[in-house]
Amino acid sequence: MINLELPKKFDFLIGQAHSVAAEVMRPNSRKYDRAEHTYPVELDMLAAVINGMNESGALSGAGAAGATRDRSSENGASASASADRGSTRNGSNLASVLSVAEVCWGDVGLLLTMPGQGLGNSAIAAVANEEQLQRFGGKWAAMAITEPEAGSDSAAIRTTARLEGDEYVLNGEKIFVTSGDRADLIVVWASLDRSQGRAAIKSFVVERDNPGMKLDRLEHKLGIRASDTANFVLEECRVPKENLLGSPEIELGRGFAGVMQTFDNTRPLVAAMALGVARACLVATRERRREAGVVIDYDAPPLAQSAAAAEFLAMEADYEAARLLTLQAAWMADNGKPNSLQASMAKAKAGRAGTDIALRCVALCGAVGYGEGELLEKWARDAKILDIFEGTQQIQLLVVARLLLGKSSAELK
Amino acid sequence: MPSQQQNLSERSMAIGLRALNRFAGSPVVDRLGLRDQAERFLYGASKTTVRTATSAGRKFAAAQKLTKPARQPTKASDLFDLTPTDEQSMLSESVRDFALEKLRPAALGADAACLAPPELLTQSNDLGLTMIGVPEELGGAVSERSAVTAVLMSEALARGDMGLAVACLAPAAVSTALSLWGDEDQQATYLPEFVGERIPAASLAVLEPRALFDPFRLETTVRRAPGGYVLSGVKALVPRASDGELFIVAAALEGRPALFIVEAGAGGIAVEPEPAMGIRAATTGRLTFEDVELPASALLGGADAKVYAECIQLGRIAWSALTVGTAQAVLDYVIPYVKERTAFGEPIANRQAVAFAVSNIAIELDGLRLATYRAASRADQGKSFAREAALARRLASVHGMSIGSDGVQLLGGHGYVKEHPVERWYRDLRATGVMEGGLLV
Repeated sequence: MINLELPKKFDFLIGQAHSVAAEVMRPNSRKYDRAEHTYPVELDMLAAVINGMNESGALSGAGAAGATRDRSSENGASASASADRGSTRNGSNLASVLSVAEVCWGDVGLLLTMPGQGLGNSAIAAVANEEQLQRFGGKWAAMAITEPEAGSDSAAIRTTARLEGDEYVLNGEKIFVTSGDRADLIVVWASLDRSQGRAAIKSFVVERDNPGMKLDRLEHKLGIRASDTANFVLEECRVPKENLLGSPEIELGRGFAGVMQTFDNTRPLVAAMALGVARACLVATRERRREAGVVIDYDAPPLAQSAAAAEFLAMEADYEAARLLTLQAAWMADNGKPNSLQASMAKAKAGRAGTDIALRCVALCGAVGYGEGELLEKWARDAKILDIFEGTQQIQLLVVARLLLGKSSAELK
Repeated sequence: MPSQQQNLSERSMAIGLRALNRFAGSPVVDRLGLRDQAERFLYGASKTTVRTATSAGRKFAAAQKLTKPARQPTKASDLFDLTPTDEQSMLSESVRDFALEKLRPAALGADAACLAPPELLTQSNDLGLTMIGVPEELGGAVSERSAVTAVLMSEALARGDMGLAVACLAPAAVSTALSLWGDEDQQATYLPEFVGERIPAASLAVLEPRALFDPFRLETTVRRAPGGYVLSGVKALVPRASDGELFIVAAALEGRPALFIVEAGAGGIAVEPEPAMGIRAATTGRLTFEDVELPASALLGGADAKVYAECIQLGRIAWSALTVGTAQAVLDYVIPYVKERTAFGEPIANRQAVAFAVSNIAIELDGLRLATYRAASRADQGKSFAREAALARRLASVHGMSIGSDGVQLLGGHGYVKEHPVERWYRDLRATGVMEGGLLV
């Protein structure tokens, strides 16, 4: 039965996430925006609380690690069984996007540097085997994909991995590694054989203290300054061969799929981050607007209201579309439906709507919006990254177009 | 669930057979047969302002007495779910087949003639469109109140053609309004006609001819008079105005908007053709009411402000649903076109400038679709939906139009000529930001 309201069972989860956002994130937002590269110690206490809540199930899926394809539904068993009964699942993917959005209403930079909730954790959750899950469980894992010469074009990765005995030896340079200096583990993408293209690209789990992986520098950024962004040089960096995620074979034609599958899970999460920032902006702007005496009437046509009211309605409508696209992608993952198309559509819409809404809210609030006395100007800086990482706007449009048009990456470049 | 389906298919079949049986001798056919097609074309499409009185129409009278108004029950769900019920899937699939096989081929001619072919309207009646919103005890087809079902059917129809969809759905707006807000006498008088074999041409008239029109600030007025009311004013772009037998008219009563049931036979109603940029197959017309006397029983929904607001909101959801259907038609049309059309030695789909336009159509269409479903599902669950309806309308108005524009653009010069339907969809999709009323879900 078509219903786009949230189930009551998530009320508690969202309430918890809201408390975290209001009590821990917001009070520290400006502090760590100014003190870039300083570790937010307040988060250690929070991480312990969240782990406790995870164990009790109260905040299941509060972070990136919660976004995982249900292992039993992946082989089709439980999802098709529940489909046969005509029932629908509202599970960990939906819970994750809701809690991530709620925490990002507080602060997206702080969420990105939440201990134990890195994007590498998502990759491990999505493709690791049981032994790896055991070994890497409870650790904080960052993700290292981008290189100076390979951003969105991840098939052009130059970092290499060669097998020597029981170890892979990694060589190359990785940039833009979120929480790279703070995490326990880095999931590094590298090629087993650069002549074999994307099929040869595999991901390897590297311990942060591996002497072969050297921190080059931390970036100074437009926004999300609470979250550090590290650049690494890998020189003869040796990792046990058991640290390769997924199959070690180079399977032409499909090898890349395992790596890319991570994105189907993480893109809705980044979309959710954009929703959180956008909602923060809308709520703050609504308060300022009310002080200015602008009232929104949902019944009156926007064109018959003030420009400020009409603009607010327009932003709310785009927020609504982005939000529902994100919920759709997560719901499909919960129900074992392939969602590559919907995940990229959600990321594309939420990424651009988030930036657009944040910037318009700054303009609508004038000096109050632009000044550092409020957080609006910060949110507008933070929002921009969400239309860039985990695949830029343009990459999402490319993914969507290739799926809709049935084009290969060779045909539609 | 099985009993409902059986119920529905039994009913549809019964109605279909009855319709076939009575069709030859039907007065509707006689009346339409009197009007030569060519004459209708000139009449409908010309810019002449010939005003005619509305047809005397049929006499509506209660056959049975109800003790209380019948309402469809509502149903709630606690899980986020995008899966339609089996019944909804079945209905929207059969409507989509009808839309693609019957409406689409007729659309070009109907657009030019400003007229929906009568046989198509009869066939669409057999689909049970006017019965969806009617309670079962009054002969309706679906046991629960479902704006979502109406949205799915509207979307499916508009995939064939928006103008013809409006023509088909206009009477359903009236039957749904009577089901939702009619008292026992109003329901007994009018609803049997909408579940019978000869569905009246009917329409919900809200829009007025002026810029920045606000349906909550009406210039059409009703004043109290001994024994009833007197109606005066002008309604614009009313679907199927010229053959309309029954109207529900939005008019201000003592400064507050309300709904009135107006039979076409009431004296003082003039109708003139008002063809527009698009949705021409809906034969839009302008209705002028000059001191039209209405009985006391004409007031629908007791001048309740909540009823009127709901009526406007449900109308906005309906137009959003049509936009979803037509925007889907655009997407379905441009995908094969850009893959087949070559330029500079390869399909134009291989160019990002073209491919990204297709991606954006799909993204905004899906967002609009979900927003429309959400507004309708909130209505079904008895939750407030003014905000959600406004947001769906905004998305439909802005993104629906840009999808229409991109549809033409992607075909280039070929999109600008009537050889391809994108030219018509461009004109049709502008209706969403303009229209109020006319349809209900």
